[in-house]
Amino acid sequence: MHVHSTTGTRIFNLFNLIVLTLTCAGCLIPFIHIVSLSFSDKAAVMGGLVKLWPVHFTLDPYRYVLERGAFWHAFGMTLERVAIGATLNVVLVIILAYPLSKAGDKLRMRTLYVWIFFFTMLFNGGLIPNYILVKELHLLDTVWALVLPGAVGVFNIVLLLNFFREVPAELEDAAFIDGAGHWRTLWQIYVPVSLPAIATVTLFSIVGHWNAWFDGMIYMKVSHYPLQTYLQSIVIKFDFNTMSPEEAKRLAKLNDRSIKSAQMIVAVIPVLLVYPYLQKYFVSGIRLGSVKG
Amino acid sequence: MFKRYGNRRELPLHLMLVPGLVMLLIFAYVPMMGIIIAFQQFNPVKGLFGDQNWVGLANFKTIFAMPNIWQVIGNTVFIAVMKIILGMIVPIVFALLLNEVKQVLFKRVTQTIIYFPYFLSWIILSGIMIDILSPSTGLANVILSWFGLGPVYFLGENSWFPYTMVASDVWKNFGFNSVIYLATITSIDTTLYEASAVDGAGRWRQTWHVTLPGMRMIIVLLMVLSLGSIFDAGFDQIFNLYSPQVFASGDIIDTMIYRLGLQQSQYSISAGVGLMKSGVSFVLITVSYYMAYRLFKYRFF
Repeated sequence: MHVHSTTGTRIFNLFNLIVLTLTCAGCLIPFIHIVSLSFSDKAAVMGGLVKLWPVHFTLDPYRYVLERGAFWHAFGMTLERVAIGATLNVVLVIILAYPLSKAGDKLRMRTLYVWIFFFTMLFNGGLIPNYILVKELHLLDTVWALVLPGAVGVFNIVLLLNFFREVPAELEDAAFIDGAGHWRTLWQIYVPVSLPAIATVTLFSIVGHWNAWFDGMIYMKVSHYPLQTYLQSIVIKFDFNTMSPEEAKRLAKLNDRSIKSAQMIVAVIPVLLVYPYLQKYFVSGIRLGSVKG
Repeated sequence: MFKRYGNRRELPLHLMLVPGLVMLLIFAYVPMMGIIIAFQQFNPVKGLFGDQNWVGLANFKTIFAMPNIWQVIGNTVFIAVMKIILGMIVPIVFALLLNEVKQVLFKRVTQTIIYFPYFLSWIILSGIMIDILSPSTGLANVILSWFGLGPVYFLGENSWFPYTMVASDVWKNFGFNSVIYLATITSIDTTLYEASAVDGAGRWRQTWHVTLPGMRMIIVLLMVLSLGSIFDAGFDQIFNLYSPQVFASGDIIDTMIYRLGLQQSQYSISAGVGLMKSGVSFVLITVSYYMAYRLFKYRFF
């Protein structure tokens, strides 16, 4: 394709690789620094010796975090919301995307339905009416306050319905000739052939619930904070009210920055674990779903 | 309810929509109607649609009498617009650079690294930033001091705060946002490059005359669609990084709504600010979708 390989091209290629390498370094260095802090002992951190490698390696910050009841309690709360929330999101997306993927002559009032969904993207009631609603439904301090308000993801519906539209009509026709109804066709034909899109939606939903913190802060009591909300109170607001005297004593032997770093790392690990799958699916998902010219 | 084609009945399709519609009715449309509290003196005891005191536009008079309201609006638009502009330019440049890389492994590794921050919460990223940007012990200022610079109060000084927000937001999102541009570049017809090469065009000219025109549609489309977010300066990020000393440059509409409503319990005033934001955003988003439809036949559904 490129006929000439001139000096200019070679200089550009070198320059390009350098720029991209520096960009990658810019993305990585903050994380490497935090990891290094989390494995370094108090004196080294306080002396400002830790840069991009642990100094006086220690596991004490992690020991402290892993033995901390409040951390695991918050971790459990997050697992609960991820399990319930992501399941709910994905089931709803599937059963909503299927009918909406049908053309108007197969689903009466399709235009009305679409507008009901679409309008929620144009306008919203805002924070206060939402908060009052959750309160008046007596959902405060329950996991339902964290999973119900965001249960219907309109973006995800569009992503999946575009995928459903690509399913060959012959497959569907064959199923109907065999006597299958819409439910069986959906679960036995559409869902299996759309697994990449469903995987994308599932992973995004899991990561979304894992990362959510604001709803936890406004809807939950401190003792039921999910992990990110708990981290927000510890790492960002410096709120140490939840700590027992014994914990405070142990904390004195450690550096605050190391402990914060260790907690953040532990909270990142699950995202890191699903990241390879995320990366595998989201590129194709985004292409198909988000923008169709 | 029977339709002509086979035994495909229509009713199950409608039934499938019911759960989702009910959820939306409760958690999207009820709050929309609940916005009426902006015209009341809301008393929580009486409930959302209870017998409240109507006060007309009094709450809005109070809002516009607040000394900082225009500053907050200005901060919001300034930060949001900067994020939109840089949030487009950086991923486009990046996609162009990445597209020139011929070493597959290098390309893969780069993509893996730069997409990652997008998937972390602003809690984690704020925690990291607070540590790294600390004026006394933070890595950023340690590095600056090697060059005899600083210390810079990235998060504590009004002249720095908005730019720190914009830069870190671009840092978090540019990789992920470059995906769509890379996909577009890949879909450009390769014969166009061959033809221009035959005509003697080098890589610069190919980029200028083939690649960029090929991306024009998607760039304009995303620009149009971003119109709707010029009142979204990014609550999650700013709430976790701001402090009273940078309110002058960093307080935005959403943080103000939070403080008024949930910290000071001025429900009606806060809902009023929320309604103004939702109202203006509604107009902008509608216009942007309409333009995208007229210009590109872009349809969301």
